[in-house]
Amino acid sequence: MKLTRLAAVAVAATVAAGPALADLVFPSLSYRTGPYAAGGIPFADGYKDYFTLLNERDGGIGGVKIQVPECETAYNTEKGVECYESTKGGAALVYQPLSTGITYQIIPKASQDKIPVHTMGYGRTSSVNGKVFEWVFNYPANYWDGASIAIKHILDLNGGNIAGKKIALVYHNSAYGKEPIRTLEELAKKHGYEFKAIPVDHPGQEQKAQWLEIRRDRPDYVLMWGWGVMNQVAVQEAANIRFPMENFIGIWWSGSENDVRPAGEGAHGYKALNIHKTGMDFPIYDDLKKYVYDKGLAAGAGDQIGTVLYSRGMYAAVLAAEAARKAQELAGTPNINATQMRDGMEALEITAARLVELGLPEFGPAFKVTCENHGGSGEGLVQQWDAKEGKWVILTGFIASDREVIDPLIAEDSEAYAKENNIAPRCN
Amino acid sequence: MPEQVFFALEAAANGLMTGVLYALVALGFVLIFKASGIFNFAQGVFALFAAMTLVGFQNGQIPFAHLINAIFGTSLHHFGWNMPTVLAILCTMAVMVLLAFLVERWVLKHLVNQEPIILFMATIGLAYFLEGFGDVMWGADIKKLDVGLPQGMSSAIDEATYSLFGYGFFIDRLDVVAAVVAAMLVVALMLFSQFTKYGRALRAVADDHQAALSVGISLRFIWVMVWAIAGFVALVAGMMWGTKMGVQFSLSLIALKALPVLMLGGFTSIPGAIVGGLIIGMGEQLFEFSVGPLVGGATQNWFAYMLALVFLVFRPQGLFGEKIIERV
Repeated sequence: MKLTRLAAVAVAATVAAGPALADLVFPSLSYRTGPYAAGGIPFADGYKDYFTLLNERDGGIGGVKIQVPECETAYNTEKGVECYESTKGGAALVYQPLSTGITYQIIPKASQDKIPVHTMGYGRTSSVNGKVFEWVFNYPANYWDGASIAIKHILDLNGGNIAGKKIALVYHNSAYGKEPIRTLEELAKKHGYEFKAIPVDHPGQEQKAQWLEIRRDRPDYVLMWGWGVMNQVAVQEAANIRFPMENFIGIWWSGSENDVRPAGEGAHGYKALNIHKTGMDFPIYDDLKKYVYDKGLAAGAGDQIGTVLYSRGMYAAVLAAEAARKAQELAGTPNINATQMRDGMEALEITAARLVELGLPEFGPAFKVTCENHGGSGEGLVQQWDAKEGKWVILTGFIASDREVIDPLIAEDSEAYAKENNIAPRCN
Repeated sequence: MPEQVFFALEAAANGLMTGVLYALVALGFVLIFKASGIFNFAQGVFALFAAMTLVGFQNGQIPFAHLINAIFGTSLHHFGWNMPTVLAILCTMAVMVLLAFLVERWVLKHLVNQEPIILFMATIGLAYFLEGFGDVMWGADIKKLDVGLPQGMSSAIDEATYSLFGYGFFIDRLDVVAAVVAAMLVVALMLFSQFTKYGRALRAVADDHQAALSVGISLRFIWVMVWAIAGFVALVAGMMWGTKMGVQFSLSLIALKALPVLMLGGFTSIPGAIVGGLIIGMGEQLFEFSVGPLVGGATQNWFAYMLALVFLVFRPQGLFGEKIIERV
């Protein structure tokens, strides 16, 4: 009898703690602690705040309330997988693992569990190929797009000719950091520049040898694929050796305020790619202020609003919400499940007009996801740090990557994955 | 001379400077180990906590503001004033002394006569606690530390070496300052331990706890004192590394750089920490310069440990460590 009562209490507690059955559930695998917390907090805040806005202003999506259960990963792969396992039973619609390591572990699990994974600007690049990666999406751009966009920007600066120029890549010595190497090598063959890859071991607090090498070799441009403390130290060391900062370009994970502020004036002129615009000059912030911030509902300490990584978290939530809307439309019901969410993601279309409606005019590129292409348009822009004003200045419009070079690489890598895992291509 | 020789010399010089920065962290470990036989796993977190507190004081940040705001619905962040750097350093030092007192009162006092491994485990717990406590107290964002230390290439050295050798050497001015500060710190610690009453008491405790107690030396006072000095060393290390990379969680990981230095120099020797730091710093830079390109680069981390392991095989107590002979 006692056992029965205990079981009943346990079931009741579980039901009370979990989301209501009819809610749309978007788990947030956040990292508010550990060495990368400074990057994880703004993203998690932006992600949460946008869904809070939809709940407060619109009553959710399609009239169904949204829940964002948060699970702390501390950017640790094991904890990330634990978070996935512990939250997937709560009718999760889509996962944003926020780490390449966690992504690689979750891809086979999520495919098995039939829950879509969205790795926006990170993760396994070849999951662009929807024929092989049915449950994985990485729109609007990936690392190989990033490498190509950086080279295109350098081409623009040099009148379209960079033959004989020296381009170095300073990269985090991990799977993430190595992602652009093959693309940059292929682009070197095409454009005739001299390429050199310079690794930095985790975590990257000491980079003297690497920057002395750069000082000796005198490359014309330095690209960076870094994360965490590696970014701040690299920007400082570049300033120390008086490398021209306007010729130093980081990927979008090396382009937040966190990465440049510690170097002070020395960081002035440093460039970074981005997959969206940033700052608070968008009408959506009027609604966020009215329905979220002023009501005291902002996530975290509410001190990250408008930063690069806050904007990225918000953008991830916007794309998830838009895909859910599409899924509701396709399914003919507002109460969608993960499979229907996947269908919505695969039919997602973000137009310039829709971004205006969302209060985010020209915030991101217009793109369309298809069965074959889960990677979107592959566009990015270049921003530059103004140390005096303490803000990023957008230098270019959205630049498209070089499909001629990237598409064959994606096909090669994804086909190898399909062969290894006995996956029959779809979308026929 | 061929250009490669100049490159190697430049790498070696920069390695020596970096080694001094490693030695600054290692010094804190040595002080505590020497006086109490405890390997303080939390020394890196001490440096982080000290640097966070210093920036917090400088910026007039309200401690625990996020927690207060979350509980009371307020919007507190800053006091509205900035504290002069010297005063902020003094206040931070006072916080580190208080921390030393609390560590002794709440942790060490209860673990007297326990096995060294128990004390070591306690410092691991202390490290995790302080990491979280620091975040709650000052926030997890990356902070810029500016205590007026110079940074960037030294033009004077660049020009002087160029006029002498036709090749301008790169030396970071911050590294030069760190080298001077480390030298002063070592001299001050040596003078303190050799010529002051408390220094002699510290050495007595280090030699034999029981004998020191029998002549009336307060073990608890010595422990508070030595943890406070280690806190001061952590503050200096935190200032140097924090200026270099911003004050952030990763600052605590510099302790990992101090480990091979300690293994090489010995856990009980202050000069050993300095010499160990210099050998590791120069060795890793020269190895990266000469062998790095052949093995794909990024050799610094594993080379330091490999070198320390080689020393362990031939001289387990380190270069300057005391040889411990125990009766069976």
